[in-house]
Amino acid sequence: MTSFLYDNFTALLRNFGVPLIGIAVFLVIWHVIAARIETSLGVMPGPVQVGQQFLNLVAEHQAERTKAAEFYQRQQERNAKMLAENPGAEVKTRSYTGRPTFFDQVLTSLITVMTGFVLAALIAIPIGIVAGLSHTLYSALNPLIQLFKQVSPLAWLPIVTILVSALYVSDDPLLEKSFITSAITVLLCCLWPTLINTSVGVANINKDLLNVSKVLRLSWLTHVRKIVLPSAIPMIFTGLRLSLGIAWMVLIAAEMLAQNPGLGKFVWDEFQNGSSNSLGRIMVAVIAIGLIGFALDRGMLSLQRAVSWDKSSALR
Amino acid sequence: MTHLELTQVAIEFPTPKGAFKALENVNLKIQKGEFVSLIGHSGCGKSTVLNIVAGLYKATTGGVILDGREVDEPGPERAVVFQNHSLLPWLTAYQNVELAVKTLFKGKKTKAEIKEWIEHNLTLVHMDHAMHKRPDEISGGMKQRVGIARALAMQPKVLLMDEPFGALDALTRAHLQDSVMEIHAHLGNTVIMITHDVDEAVLLSDRIVMMTNGPAATIGEILQVNLPRPRDRLVLAEDPHYNHCRGEVLKFLYERQRRPGEAATATKKPDAVVTPLPERPQLRIVA
Ligand SMILES: Nc1ncnc2c1ncn2[C@@H]1O[C@H](COP(=O)(O)OP(=O)(O)OP(=O)(O)O)[C@@H](O)[C@H]1O
Ligand SMILES: [Mg+2]
Repeated sequence: MTSFLYDNFTALLRNFGVPLIGIAVFLVIWHVIAARIETSLGVMPGPVQVGQQFLNLVAEHQAERTKAAEFYQRQQERNAKMLAENPGAEVKTRSYTGRPTFFDQVLTSLITVMTGFVLAALIAIPIGIVAGLSHTLYSALNPLIQLFKQVSPLAWLPIVTILVSALYVSDDPLLEKSFITSAITVLLCCLWPTLINTSVGVANINKDLLNVSKVLRLSWLTHVRKIVLPSAIPMIFTGLRLSLGIAWMVLIAAEMLAQNPGLGKFVWDEFQNGSSNSLGRIMVAVIAIGLIGFALDRGMLSLQRAVSWDKSSALR
Repeated sequence: MTHLELTQVAIEFPTPKGAFKALENVNLKIQKGEFVSLIGHSGCGKSTVLNIVAGLYKATTGGVILDGREVDEPGPERAVVFQNHSLLPWLTAYQNVELAVKTLFKGKKTKAEIKEWIEHNLTLVHMDHAMHKRPDEISGGMKQRVGIARALAMQPKVLLMDEPFGALDALTRAHLQDSVMEIHAHLGNTVIMITHDVDEAVLLSDRIVMMTNGPAATIGEILQVNLPRPRDRLVLAEDPHYNHCRGEVLKFLYERQRRPGEAATATKKPDAVVTPLPERPQLRIVA
């Protein structure tokens, strides 16, 4: 009984206690060191100042929301008055164009990264499956994959920007150019891990299972659905998780460099702004980037657990 | 007319060091309903013969004819029970059999008939109590049973089994041998079974095909087992013909086809070599 309690206690300590101690030690070291560093923007912010900046950002966001609500309220009243005076009058409804807050930027980044990532997955998984099934196609694609997977997002960006400007011409664009540029850059960088892992997973299916499929004379589609996909699911997800990690990193870089809206632009703007608060606000963004990246990875992991048949395999 | 006929079968595998001739001059005629086992030393080419009959390998020269038609691709009329069960690990026992049944009987059987046929075959191998368990939740012997049920559900003309009980402990193996004899008596399928176990070969077979060592392995001798069925392993232990057959196979394997480098000492007890060490029965919690 005592040993049971003891085991539980040590498990609790290991699972929660130790990580908490790690975080606490980090905060203390940060606090102590930051106070001694003098930058061009004043003393380097410690954990407390960063916390304050976070609260500031929340307050700014709420203020901006109130302003927007007031704007719409006024607009509605004005229109109602105009209609009352002259029922045939043409009323205009404009949308509020305030400065995007930190949280708006986070949302933009999330939407962009998911768009690029989902498109990449939709392209990479089918190609990966076909390439994994056909040795010839794999040999044809492999050099291209090996070449392009090395390319940094910063190198793709100018090409993508110019191509999007040239090809995406529309008077009333449904989607902003900057959004498309970011999403495509993300797509180009996060295509490869999923493509490679899918094709490797498909190519390494247990030979006995392939023989089962041959003896049953399964049609191509049934073969893919019943044998290939389930076999390759673990590898596909390994690829997807790598891809999502890359997508998130690439997006921040792309937004900074191309001035596309999002968290990256927030960081860049603060850097240009150079007020005494800037450094603290950038640090809030850095922590947010880390937390969101972590959450995305955990999300993928949960999804993998949900669809994987092999619940016993260690997924971390 | 012969049911299944292998004529002058030879096969070469391409290897980095040039072609490797695994089989040569393999000739064999099998009657409908016959139970034939293939025995020979490890690596001699038994699986290769089976795979050629299954259509998974293509003979370099010669060929296989089943009921007057040449075998040129794998198909369900030559169902295979693979050495390591090859069940799809993400499907339950029932779903594994279902994949085969749905593929083969779509449009020929109603939904209810399909369900009944799947359950019938699982019952035949005494797996009805654990149909809805996945392969990792059942023991090795149970997995082999499901593999056999899947093959039987295809209603094959020929059932091909590659060391179906190789990885099992002696007790489980005896149970499965009895099941297979029961099913064979009941359905009368033609069966080709690979085995390493001399007792198993004599107990189950109508004929034992003994293969010489590779490379360029071929059929060395064929032994007819004239024991009445149904056979009972306990009664047979005393039977002179049973012991004669056993002796013949052992003689072939350990005198005439001694493996290179293997000492032919009279002190070596053949039995100890033939029967693989029984593995401990797998204990699993299947809650
Ligand atoms: N696909 C292949 N490519 C090259 N060589 C092969 C191939 N398949 C089998 N061989 C060779 O053919 C010979 C016979 O192999 P096979 O698997 O038929 O032996 P076996 O009698 O079934 O052995 P075991 O009892 O150990 O299963 C071996 O020397 C093996 O190395
Ligand atoms: Mg073999």
